[in-house]
Amino acid sequence: MHELSIAMGIVEAATEEAQKRGVQVKAVHLRLGELSGVVKDALLFCYEVACQDTALAGTSLIVEDVPVVVFCPRCKDRRTLQSVQSFTCPECGSPAGEVLQGKELEVCALEVEDSEAPLQPEEVRK
Amino acid sequence: MSEPRLVEVRRNVLKQNDILARALRDRFRRDGVFVMSLVSSPGSGKTMFLERILTELQPHYRVAALVGDLATENDAARLARSKAPVKQITTGTVCHLEALMVQNALEGWSLPQLDFLFIENVGNLVCPSSYDLGENLRLVLMSVTEGEDKPLKYPTIFNSADVAVITKNDLASAVEFDWPLAEKNIHAVRPGMRIFQVSAKTGEGMKDYLDFLSQQLTESRTVAHS
Repeated sequence: MHELSIAMGIVEAATEEAQKRGVQVKAVHLRLGELSGVVKDALLFCYEVACQDTALAGTSLIVEDVPVVVFCPRCKDRRTLQSVQSFTCPECGSPAGEVLQGKELEVCALEVEDSEAPLQPEEVRK
Repeated sequence: MSEPRLVEVRRNVLKQNDILARALRDRFRRDGVFVMSLVSSPGSGKTMFLERILTELQPHYRVAALVGDLATENDAARLARSKAPVKQITTGTVCHLEALMVQNALEGWSLPQLDFLFIENVGNLVCPSSYDLGENLRLVLMSVTEGEDKPLKYPTIFNSADVAVITKNDLASAVEFDWPLAEKNIHAVRPGMRIFQVSAKTGEGMKDYLDFLSQQLTESRTVAHS
C-alpha cells in the first residue's frame, strides 16, 4: 500500500507546477500505466487525504488508464496487450518484446480556473 | 460560460526516485560493483537464499548486503552469519525500498572494495515494482509452496524483474508443484525470463545460480570498460 506516498507525490508535483504558472487548480489529470504498480481505487482514496490542508484541497484527480503497448518482434509493430496476464501479441500470438508503454505515472495536465472568468465548481466537475 | 482550461504539464511522479536511482546506477558502474535486488512475498525464502549466496561467494568475491524490513534487525543478524558486511534498512511503515534509502544506507561503505552488493527488498509483491533502486539485476523469488499462479496474480512485479528463482524446491514433491505450469505462467507475464530452481536448504540448483552471477559480474565489467 504505497498509494498514499504516490498521492502525496502527485499533490507536490501539481502544487509546484501550479505555483510556477500562477494558476488555481480545479483538477489534476494523471496518466496511469497498467504496469505502474499503482492501484487506481486506492490512489483515488488517498488523493483526497493527501490534498487535505494543501492548496489542492477540494480538487479532483482524473485518471487516464494507459494500456500496455509492446513491440511484437514478429509483426515488427506496436501492439496493445489485451491483458497483463498474457504478454503475447494479440495479432500473431508471439511472445511480446519490449514494453513501449504502460509504466506511466505522470501528472499530464492541470485543469485550471481562469481568474478573469471564474467557473462555478459544479460546472468544472462535469 | 467559459470551459475549464487545461494546462499541459507532463511530470513523472517518481522523478525524484528515478533521478537518484540513475545516479546510483552510474556510481555502481564506476565502482565496478554488480548490484542485485531481491523481491518476493514475505516468507518465500529471500533471506535463506541470500545467506547461502553470501556464504558461497565469500571465499571468492567481496560481497555485502542491504536488507529492508518494516521492523526488526533479525534478517541482518541472520545474513551476518555469512561474515559479509550487512546493513539493515528499517523502513518503519514503508512497504518498499526507495533509492534514497539505499543511498543513505551505503554511507560509510566503500563500493570500489566490493564485487557484489545485494539488496533484499521488503517482502511485498506489489509496491517495490514502482521503485528503481539502481540495481543491475532484479530477481523475483517465489517458493513452491505459494502456488504456480503467483506470476498471474502479480504480473507487474514479475514483469519488472530480470530473473526468476523458484525456491524451496526440496518441498516441491510434497506440495505437488507443477513446474511446467509455473514456467508457463512466468513466461506469460515476462516472455523469455530466465528461471532458476533452487533449494537453499539442500543447496540444490545453487551452483547454477552462482555461476550465473559470476558471469553477470564479468559481463557488467566488460561493458563498463568498453
